[in-house]
Amino acid sequence: MKVVIMGCGRVGSQLATTWDQEGHEVSILDINTHQFTRFLPETFGGRKITGNGIDQDTLRRAGIEQADAFVAVTAGDNRNVMACQIAKHIFGVDRVVCRIYDPIREEMYRNLGLRTISPTKVGARLIIEALDAEETETPASHESGDQTGTIG
Amino acid sequence: MYIIIVGGGKVGYYLAKELVEANNEVLVIELNPTKCSEIAETLGDIVLRGDGCEVAVQEQVGTGRADLLLAVTGDDEDNLVACQVARHIFNVPRTVARINNPKNELIFRKLGIDLTVSATSAIMAHIEQELPSHPLISLLHLRHGLEIVEVKVPEEAAAVGRAIKDVALPNQSIIWGIVDTEGNPKAPTADTVLHAGDEVVAVTLQASEEALRSALTSPAPQRSF
Repeated sequence: MKVVIMGCGRVGSQLATTWDQEGHEVSILDINTHQFTRFLPETFGGRKITGNGIDQDTLRRAGIEQADAFVAVTAGDNRNVMACQIAKHIFGVDRVVCRIYDPIREEMYRNLGLRTISPTKVGARLIIEALDAEETETPASHESGDQTGTIG
Repeated sequence: MYIIIVGGGKVGYYLAKELVEANNEVLVIELNPTKCSEIAETLGDIVLRGDGCEVAVQEQVGTGRADLLLAVTGDDEDNLVACQVARHIFNVPRTVARINNPKNELIFRKLGIDLTVSATSAIMAHIEQELPSHPLISLLHLRHGLEIVEVKVPEEAAAVGRAIKDVALPNQSIIWGIVDTEGNPKAPTADTVLHAGDEVVAVTLQASEEALRSALTSPAPQRSF
């Protein structure tokens, strides 16, 4: 598939690298060129485009008109939301995924028909599950220690 | 009227000032504490420090009873989200957004923002008529994605010498009037022939703007012998 990724941070670069290795056609966008050298391996074979993803001309340069999928993972919720809506409603991209940290806005945009992911919700849930698992899997390790060593 | 202004920069400040003077109830949401105190000092207690794109903040200022929300920060994406939150969560009847990139007008409109105001577009509209190279001028945006435009037919255009019925206009585009080079306005029929230098006033879909411009201005394809 042809995929355009907006935001070359930790998540964006990991997606780009994975899909590139799997043989997909990847374009990755960031406003800061430094992000490409910081996060992408030298072996990365996709396209790197410097520019703002809420600018339709930049999206065109990144090949949005031929893209099968668009993913927005910049640090800004609003930028992600706007870029995804442009990808969907202006360029008619079929598969669009939007990262929104704020769970309330995430719910609103999900109701408006965007496919959204809130790392806040997902992250918190994973941490709770991990703690719960710790508790149930290794109860002995918590109860059997030297009691004098515990902090009151 | 109860009017909420998101963004307390220069635009937001002067809007608030004018609207307060016109006896409206005004509330400004601004993130920057310095700007907040400046507004509070000169306009009184009408400012809340916070992110106007956040549902909780809009809730706090009673957006549910607002008649109008104006999003006038310097960032198009923030203005879009502030308007969408107001519209979809709080059912504000009318939302207005300031935009910087004129190309964003279409997406804002598609997403239901009632009005967009772009300083860039406003200035362009004033100078476009003075720019001889600009072949299509957008005169007025109408409802349903339609707009009134003016296109000048250049000498080299394939449409020169053809009747309107023989020019392939895009769907939902109608030529409303023609002003010839002498300045005479004409109401065209299907048989009216286009001449070089004619100024064509047409109604078209914003999405068909480029196709219309091309139909009226593109040169005939080069023939190879």
